[in-house]
Amino acid sequence: MPTITEILATMEYGPAPESETLARDWLTRGPFGHFINGAFTSPSALFEARNPARDAVLAEVSQGSAADIEAAVQAARAAFPGWSGLSGHDRARHLYAIARQIQKRERLFAVLEALDNGKPLREARDIDVPLAVRHFYHHAGWAELVAEEFPDHGPHGVCGQIIPWNFPLLMLAWKIAPALAAGNTVVLKPAEYTPLTALLFAEICVEAGLPAGVVNIVTGDGETGAALVAHPGVDKIAFTGSTEVGRAIRRATAGTGRALTLELGGKSPFIVFADADLDAAVEGVVDAIWFNQGEVCCAGSRILVAEAVAQTFESRLRARLASLRVGDPLDKSTDIGAIVHPRQLARIRDLVARGVAAGGVLHQGTAPEGCFCAPALMTGVAPANPCVTEEIFGPVAVMMSFRTPDEAVDLANNTRYGLAASIWSENLTQAMDIAARVKAGVVWINATNLFDANAPFGGMRESGFGREGAREGMAAYLRPMAAPVAAKTPDPIAPLPQQAQGEGIDRTHKLYIGGGQKRADSGQSYSILNNGTLQGHAPLGSRKDIRNAVEAAQKATGWTAMSGHARAQVLYFLGENLQARRDSLRAFAPAPEIDTAIARAFYYAAWADKFDARVHDTQSRHATLAMKEPFGAMGLICAEEAPLAGFLSLVLPAIAMGNRVVALPAQGNPLAALELAQVFACSDIPAGVINTVSGPLADLAATLAAHDDVAALWCAQPALAATLEHDSAGNLKPVWQVTDPLAQGQAFLNAATQIKTIWVPYGA
Amino acid sequence: MTHPRNPGTPLDTSLFAPVNRPATERRAASMVARRSLKGAHQAAWLLNAIACMDLTTLAGDDTPDRVRRLCAKARRPLSDAVFAGLGLDAMPHTGAVCVYPTMVATAVAALGGSGIPVASVATGFPAGLMPLDLRLAEIRYAVDQGAQEIDIVITRAHVLGGDWAALYDEVAAMRAACGKAHLKAILATGDLMTLRNVYAASIVAMQAGADFIKTSTGKEGVNATLPVGLTMCRAIREYRALTGHIVGFKPAGGMKTAKDALNWQVLMREELGRDWLRPDLFRLGASSMLADIERQLSHHVTGRYAAHHRHALA
Repeated sequence: MPTITEILATMEYGPAPESETLARDWLTRGPFGHFINGAFTSPSALFEARNPARDAVLAEVSQGSAADIEAAVQAARAAFPGWSGLSGHDRARHLYAIARQIQKRERLFAVLEALDNGKPLREARDIDVPLAVRHFYHHAGWAELVAEEFPDHGPHGVCGQIIPWNFPLLMLAWKIAPALAAGNTVVLKPAEYTPLTALLFAEICVEAGLPAGVVNIVTGDGETGAALVAHPGVDKIAFTGSTEVGRAIRRATAGTGRALTLELGGKSPFIVFADADLDAAVEGVVDAIWFNQGEVCCAGSRILVAEAVAQTFESRLRARLASLRVGDPLDKSTDIGAIVHPRQLARIRDLVARGVAAGGVLHQGTAPEGCFCAPALMTGVAPANPCVTEEIFGPVAVMMSFRTPDEAVDLANNTRYGLAASIWSENLTQAMDIAARVKAGVVWINATNLFDANAPFGGMRESGFGREGAREGMAAYLRPMAAPVAAKTPDPIAPLPQQAQGEGIDRTHKLYIGGGQKRADSGQSYSILNNGTLQGHAPLGSRKDIRNAVEAAQKATGWTAMSGHARAQVLYFLGENLQARRDSLRAFAPAPEIDTAIARAFYYAAWADKFDARVHDTQSRHATLAMKEPFGAMGLICAEEAPLAGFLSLVLPAIAMGNRVVALPAQGNPLAALELAQVFACSDIPAGVINTVSGPLADLAATLAAHDDVAALWCAQPALAATLEHDSAGNLKPVWQVTDPLAQGQAFLNAATQIKTIWVPYGA
Repeated sequence: MTHPRNPGTPLDTSLFAPVNRPATERRAASMVARRSLKGAHQAAWLLNAIACMDLTTLAGDDTPDRVRRLCAKARRPLSDAVFAGLGLDAMPHTGAVCVYPTMVATAVAALGGSGIPVASVATGFPAGLMPLDLRLAEIRYAVDQGAQEIDIVITRAHVLGGDWAALYDEVAAMRAACGKAHLKAILATGDLMTLRNVYAASIVAMQAGADFIKTSTGKEGVNATLPVGLTMCRAIREYRALTGHIVGFKPAGGMKTAKDALNWQVLMREELGRDWLRPDLFRLGASSMLADIERQLSHHVTGRYAAHHRHALA
């Protein structure tokens, strides 16, 4: 230890280690079993929970087997009636008790988290634990209010939840708090690398007097998680982790009727304009990618800087990089701790090496020997560099420059992901414009990595679907209580020729694509029969027609840019024209259906400018906006019943919110929908907003499901659910199973929009 | 002095930069949570704060005896017992003593032989609303009395009205009046209100030749705050990057605790580097802070919490 006089010469900070005695004492309770039905099981099939910073064993925990999952799901199932039967107020008392109990042991939680994960104690202490506590308080409130605020909704039942290793306790809170508030019971699997705070949380549940079986925690690796996903007794799966595993879960749960939310990877842009407070933006990068060792799904890992300030920004960033302290997570002066596991460190190094091989220039700080990664900045990269396209999940950012705001948006959106974005400009006019155009579930203006229990968090594109936090997050743990309406499956396609029945001039219905009536690419039609009587011929669409229709929908961006009022005008006009053509439409649909269609047009015109964004109360002097954005190009698989009203019941809410759609009308009777082409055209609906493709529904739907440029899918054909959900895994588009395709209501509008949370801190 | 004095530059408002307040506040809050000082390191940093302290009395009831008492404390800030317990080679002393112009002669006499410079406020402190020729005359008087450092106040109206040329000319004239004495420009940031104003005023004061820029008189509604300090430090860093000239920083007012002393030094170390932990580039303008530092050092030495009445008054 240097003397005071020696320290005065160097003015070094010196060591400031947090005591680990509390955590060490607690760890002596190991080896740990699972927490099932309110008690710990006997430890078995042990594996090690390790401290990555010191390459040492912390405790032994149990590898969960299928039998353990079975026991946990059964316990959760048994506890469900009692828990969901409690009043909201009684559930609120439990959640409140959990929050208080965590606070009473906050130091232990923080130290244990730092030991197990390798993150700096400061972050565990100042960020992870307080946010987790806040989450339970916030959701104690939701338990109190859920019946009042979500009428006609109830819990799913048993929720299977799988969480990652980067924020073990916080992700546990994000999963468990809303699930319990809504009345669900839970089986949670913490990450293999970081099971310890979840086990401590299990003790908290006992201390807080939570009924046995409401929360069950099974530790283990990916196999344990797979067993949980595969268990038929689970009603909802919530997963946070890699896009790769998310895809596998999507496929595994396809067609099971289980609800699913996914919070996956990201490669989030960090956009710095020339008029930004550059020093603030430099600290933003520190909070973005040099936070939690860069092991952050929403990390701003792609820095995009205006050319005018690129050199200045790079030099300031490199200077800042040099002042980061990498080392002992328990030292209170550490900025960057240990990487969670040597395997993760190897992945980071491998990816960085590939980036360098592809021409990237690495500017790196220093780090101690062991499982540590020096923070780094990579310049000289092109958009195809693997370090630009792939999530590194380490403290390495790439940097590119842009010339104009448009180019910034193009670069920002040039990714499969859509989790977060950070925008730096002192010009709010410009910043809000970019916020509106960037594809991301969360946008921070002049800030980054701000979180709050009352701010919805979640991704677009391959970053997943569903939101966590706030009202929107609660919705993910509730389901409508009404039972699904039984659906008719289509009869087989009837080939040509059939005996002609009509008189006069032949009417050839065509596909409606890009505002024009198009022949099917196959050059074929099929017969539309009603009780064996020929009603007409419909074009036999194929995958190429779907391709063309999606292209047309993609191009019709003007519709999305219109105001809700302007879209309402078009929908009212459509209603007017439906009324005017009521008699001619009678040839294709019964009168009540036409009336329903007209009513739908009015109903969704009414909503078009009223399905408002919310402003969430998060922190003082922060406007936290939850915008409701359309997906863009959607695929709609309509019901076989009610060929006209059923078609418009799906199309109208989707387009009212600004989506452009490729709609597959009833296979057995698409004529009414195809006939509408003329009405659409004269109602000022722009080309490409509605595209109608008739034909073999299952094939066409599968093409839509597999299409990477279709952002969301609605399915009113339950028989197709399994295939569509499976095939949707390609780009992880959400698939909404429409339970009552002839209904109207806000459920349709919710399914037609995705939340973009925009944080706008302010202060003169 | 380990660096040449800031010669100033022509006025150039293109160096002004936007400052985002919420982001600045976040950084200020997290910076001090990111660094911790324990044991001997904490003691050393507190001693360093003493060496960088402008021990100050600027009150209407200041008398020669009061000033002499302050000077005695500046020469011997620690009790013999604490001094011995810290294992130092020599008794530390404060960076300077800061008084009103009419007290300069008293302070100079009281500090004779100690090597401790006397700083004097001037230019119609604290509001500065006096004719310029009188303000310049006041500087010359204080220098003539033996002040080696002059803490001037700027005309806030020049900042609030955006009259940067007037501000530049005023500070340049004051710098000329200082001669060999060092000029510390008090921006009175509590009056300027916005961080943009603070940044701009910092740049202009440095361009006009200020040796130090200083936050506050201690008389504004809000005195030294970390976000303001962060903004000024960033201006110093940018000015140096663009001109090569080195300027010091002095927060003043409202800082009362040893924890404040550590936080401000962490700010200097993180934003400007180790050189800004020396008294030629960093001063803490404070009065009661010294007593709390002394108590903390006493605790370090004895392991017992200290009482104010067991330590000598300033």
